[in-house]
Formats: sequence, C-alpha cells, structure tokens
Amino acid sequence: MAAIRFDKVQKYFGRGDKRTQALSDIDLEIRDREFLAIVGPSGCGKTTCLRLVAGFEATSEGVVSVAGRPVTEPGPDRAVVFQQFALFPWKTVRGNIDLGLRNKGMGAEERMKRIADVLKLMNLETHADAFPHQLSGGMQQRVAIARAYVLDPEVLLMDEPFGALDAQTRVVMQEELVRLARVRPRTVLFITHAVDEAVYLADRIAVMTRRPGRIKEIIDIKSMREAEKWDRFERIEDVMDLDSFVHLRTRIWKSLREEKDG
Amino acid sequence: MDRKLPRSEAIGLGVLGLAGFIGLWEALSFLGIVPSQFLPSPFAVVSRFLHLFTEPFAGFTLLQHLGSSLLRYLYGVLLAAILGIPLGLAMGWFRLLDDIVTPIFNGLRFIAPIAWVPFAALWFGTGIGGPIMIIFAGAFPPCLINAYRGARFVEPRLIEAARMLGTGDRRILTEILLPASVPSIVAGVRVAAGLGWQSLVGAELIVASAGVGFMMVQAQASVQTTTVMAGMVAIGLTGLLIDVALRHGEVWLHHRLGLD
Repeated sequence: MAAIRFDKVQKYFGRGDKRTQALSDIDLEIRDREFLAIVGPSGCGKTTCLRLVAGFEATSEGVVSVAGRPVTEPGPDRAVVFQQFALFPWKTVRGNIDLGLRNKGMGAEERMKRIADVLKLMNLETHADAFPHQLSGGMQQRVAIARAYVLDPEVLLMDEPFGALDAQTRVVMQEELVRLARVRPRTVLFITHAVDEAVYLADRIAVMTRRPGRIKEIIDIKSMREAEKWDRFERIEDVMDLDSFVHLRTRIWKSLREEKDG
Repeated sequence: MDRKLPRSEAIGLGVLGLAGFIGLWEALSFLGIVPSQFLPSPFAVVSRFLHLFTEPFAGFTLLQHLGSSLLRYLYGVLLAAILGIPLGLAMGWFRLLDDIVTPIFNGLRFIAPIAWVPFAALWFGTGIGGPIMIIFAGAFPPCLINAYRGARFVEPRLIEAARMLGTGDRRILTEILLPASVPSIVAGVRVAAGLGWQSLVGAELIVASAGVGFMMVQAQASVQTTTVMAGMVAIGLTGLLIDVALRHGEVWLHHRLGLD
C-alpha cells in the first residue's frame, strides 16, 4: 500500500472572482520507505502539496490519504520539518522534543529513553538543555528533525528544510539526512527548489509545472543511484562529480527551465 | 517625531518645562491673580504634602491612606489579571467564545470605571468589594485585550508545529499561546496598572474609611483645597513610581526570556 496517496486532488484558494487554482489533477503515490522529492518553479504549489498531507489545508476536490486513511487534520503520524524550524523559543531542546511524546501520553521513563536516543542520533547530546536561540541555524534544524523523528511517524514531511541555512551547513545537513535515511528509513516527502539537493537525496523526483501546479513527470533516481553505486562516496561533492549525477541533474534542470521560460 | 535629542539635553528641557510650570503656577497664586482657595500655591501644597506624612488627616497619615489605597488597588488589578488573561487567551483560540464574548465586551469596555460607582456600591458594598470592582473595571479591558491579541498573533508556524505534534487545546493554551503572548500580556498589565490607579479616586469616593481618594473627598468637604491638591500630588507620584517599577520589570522579563 502507498504510504501517501494523492487521488485526483484539486486545490483552489479564495472565492468568487478572486478564486485561483493552486493545484490541478494531482495524482501521486509515495511508497512505503520511499524518499520522494517534489521540485518545481516557485509558486507552483509544491508546499501546498505538503500542507495537504500535513492536514494544515484541505483539498478542494479529491482525497489525500496516508497509510490508507484520508487526512482530515494535523497529527503526529505525519511529522513536519519546517523551513524556519518552528521550534518553541521558550522550551529547551529537550522540551521541544518532549512535547510530542507527552501528547502521546507516554510515561516519563520511556520518554527520557527516546529523547536520549534521538539526541544521540542527531548529535545533540550536549545541547539538551539549551534554548533554540542559543543554537546555530543548523543545530536548530537538527532539533526540528529530532522532534519529528522521535515520534516514529508514518511519514516525514520536509518543507525546504535546508532553505534557511548557509551553503556549508546545508551540505552537512544533506549528508546527515542521507545517513539518517540509512539508519532509520522513513517515508519522506521532501519539498525543495534545489535540484542538486533533490537528486542527491531522493529515490524519485516529481517535477511540477507552473501554477496551477500539475505533476509534469516523475524521474527515478534510485535505480541510477544503485546501478552507479553512489553510496560508496561519503561526500556530496564526490557524488555530484559523477556523470550519472550530472546527467540526471541536467535533465531535471531542463524540465524545470521549460516551466520557468515557457 | 523629528530628530532625537541627546539624553542630557532632554533631561535639561524636562527640568526647564517643570520649572516653568511651577513658576507660572506660583506667579498666579503669589500675585493674587487667582485666589489661593481656587489655586493653592505650589509651596503650600508641598509643605502640606510633607505635613500629611506625620499629621493625621481624616483619621490617618498620608502613608496610611496610601497603604489602604494600594492594597485595594492591588486586589483590583490582580483580579483583573487573573480573570482577564485566561479569558483573553481562550477567546484568541476558541472562535465560538470569541464570537459570543466580543460584542458584549466591546459594549462594556467603553463605560468609564467611575460610571460603575453606584452599582459597585449596591452590589459589592462600600467596604472592600465596591472599590475593588471599580478598579477592576478600569484594569480588566487591557488585560483581556492584550492576552487576546497576543494569542491571535502567535506565529502561525508555531501553532502548526504544535498541532502536528498532536497538542490538545489545553496544552496549546498553556504551553504555546501563553508563553508566546507574554510580551503582549506584560504590556497589557502595565496599561491595566495605570488605568487601575486612575480609577482609584473614583473607587474611593464611595469608601468611608481610609484611602487617598477618601482623604481628598474629606478635605473637599471642608474646603481644604491645599490638602486636596496634596492628595493629587500623592496620586501622581505613586502612579509614576508604579509605572517606572513596571517598566523595569518588563525590561527584566524580556531580558530573562531572551526576547531582546
């Protein structure tokens, strides 16, 4: 069964004369444990797709379902990592991660164990009692990822999670995410406008058209990654040097370029 | 506003303004342009003010009157904060509550606290209850409004983050909306403290025991205008002290919460 499924989804914003169409006929399936990235020109509705899965917005027509259940409201089975982190500034790192677990009604001992585990996973052990504003952007985004991972969600929704980070931190976080995907595979819906990032991280890439956004094409990355053994490289720049990587990146660039110019 | 003056110059101008004001006032009464019954001279007022610290008037010294006023005031403002802040936050979160309460509240909040005097006396008596209700009437609206605005203008991403973490209404109120609204609430409490203190004299018009307002009403009855004005000075100075203290408190809190 598909982990996430868009079934003939239409989305309009506004009413009457001001009504505009944001998404048109979205049909998309994201498989269990698959990492799917959506790329598209800005304003094409890629973030709207994610917000529909998160339950922050409702579809105008059609159904979005997760693990076979139609989405009606936000919930911890669909953890979101936001571009601007959205950490609670008055809570410590531990407090931010703990909230979702407390909401599940989990006992203190189990929560402490899980928090310690995810802090270790994200290399945050020494920052457990820091407040978000005391951390760098990269560290804050680690906390946001930890806060999502600790819930053991059906799917992870990442909305341009590295968009607010500087170039170096961004690369570190991208490598980190690949490491995480190996250690704790999850179904991920990843929104980005950075083609490099999408090709490096994703199993499949969905390219969207200009507004009203449709899925223009879906490109398989995983088979190329496995055939060319991208995983033998630790560093992103080594992967990005491979002909197979460049080929895919150029292909997606061209597809996007048609949308921007067209 | 035009260009900002250096601090020393600003203070100098303030002192100059104050001196001019007192000089004009003194001239008006000294030259006999206005009879001293109508406008006691500033020196007479200051001297009366100082005397009232040691010499009881209407049964108590000025400090004792101030003491009862402050106690009453504290109860009124506390009650306003205890009821206004949670109600404001809840109205900011529950649309239904907002729709029900807002029209009533908007009608009531334009009634000056002093207009409640007859009913305050009737409903809560002239002892402790009535005056507290009047101070409450002055202090309640800013507590509620600022908590409400604070809750309504919380960064939408934070609310989305809380909801995707499965946070229920009660925790959203106490762990998200309340801490996010602290700056707005603190500013509201400061305004409430000012309005509450302004309502005090009105509140004490119906008190028959002690208080600065009570003292002034007694002095007025016996045409002791200097004492009335000394009471006004006491109210002005105390109000100023409360405001300065709360401003410092606000700065400290912002610093403490890492907001600046």
